[in-house]
Amino acid sequence: MSEALSGLLFDRWPYLLTVVLLLIGLYGMLMKRNLVKKLIGMNIFQGAIILFFIVHAYKHGASVPVHSAVLGDAPEAYMNPIPHGLMLTAIVVSVATTGVALALLTVIYRRFGSIDEGELLRRLRDRE
Amino acid sequence: MIRRPDNMIVDVVVRLMVPAIQIFAFYVIFHGHYSPGGGFQGGALLAGSILLQRVALGTERSQLSFPVRYGLPFGIIGVFIFAGTGLFALIMGGQYLQYDAMPFGLTPVWLRNTGILLVELGVAFAVMGVLVSIYDSLACSSDEEGGRC
Amino acid sequence: MRTFGVVLIVITGLVLLYAGLGLPQFGDPHAPAAEHVSDHYIKHAYHDDHTPNIVTVMIADYRSFDTLGETIVVFAAGLACYLLLRGEPRRRKRADEEDQTA
Repeated sequence: MSEALSGLLFDRWPYLLTVVLLLIGLYGMLMKRNLVKKLIGMNIFQGAIILFFIVHAYKHGASVPVHSAVLGDAPEAYMNPIPHGLMLTAIVVSVATTGVALALLTVIYRRFGSIDEGELLRRLRDRE
Repeated sequence: MIRRPDNMIVDVVVRLMVPAIQIFAFYVIFHGHYSPGGGFQGGALLAGSILLQRVALGTERSQLSFPVRYGLPFGIIGVFIFAGTGLFALIMGGQYLQYDAMPFGLTPVWLRNTGILLVELGVAFAVMGVLVSIYDSLACSSDEEGGRC
Repeated sequence: MRTFGVVLIVITGLVLLYAGLGLPQFGDPHAPAAEHVSDHYIKHAYHDDHTPNIVTVMIADYRSFDTLGETIVVFAAGLACYLLLRGEPRRRKRADEEDQTA
């Protein structure tokens, strides 16, 4: 037990931080009634996942993934480029999806005059 | 639509900053081969420079540098540059997006280098156009008059 | 309902912490994610493209199909925003009026 704890605390502490961030995002998505706050929670969740991938890219004693003549071709000398590239595109896509979500929220507000989850569910139930 | 605030300092600072941001954005795009950067980051910077004008100068005056109606067409142009590069390689006898099949009279290694540059340009245009278009959609929708949005 | 949500979040956290024990150590140069294809990219990127930035070579050459897809996704998101908020204003207004009279 203590071995596992020290493994988490000393060898894998960045994962702990991403887990905390992910749970904050999950809390926002599950517990908040306001849809905009849910969206903010989703963005925090995305940030946690992006950080998790970037943490995986890190290597001790390695340089940024830009080839230089000094370091040569040794794979240990450069950080893992794959998570960097994937998250680069993921950030832009997350901005675009946030835009779509805000547009949907605007349409919902125009239609129902509210973005509160309980209020919306009540209105939908009344309509039936 | 965002109304123009009456503040000369904001005006002047924005006018000074926007060209610097745009030059830096093109540096990021074209120097993406040699340093951190590339189409996504440069496109986001270009979009940021235009959105700065939209916020600070108001929608009315920022039309002069980038009209609202150009947003999505820029996105379309970007996607077409990207897909067109792939199609060009395909037509010239290679596979889709196989840059060294393009007939530019260079060695295959430099052809791939050029192909990366073309693709990054396409990505930059697409990201810039789409980010500006999303902002315009959200900002103009609150306008009752409609106007040019 | 609130307690159910809190319990769900706590369980998720515990599962994630348990899964974290199986992850490679932070900064391990021989982690599974840093082997195989990543090694190949680092070794060959400069010689294939004369481009020092390995990330650029990866997203625009080795995985350009993926990047094409991402660009189209971004464009589709912009198009969705446009159609939701600016597309066909006349029909949208009529729908709003019907909503208010109903």
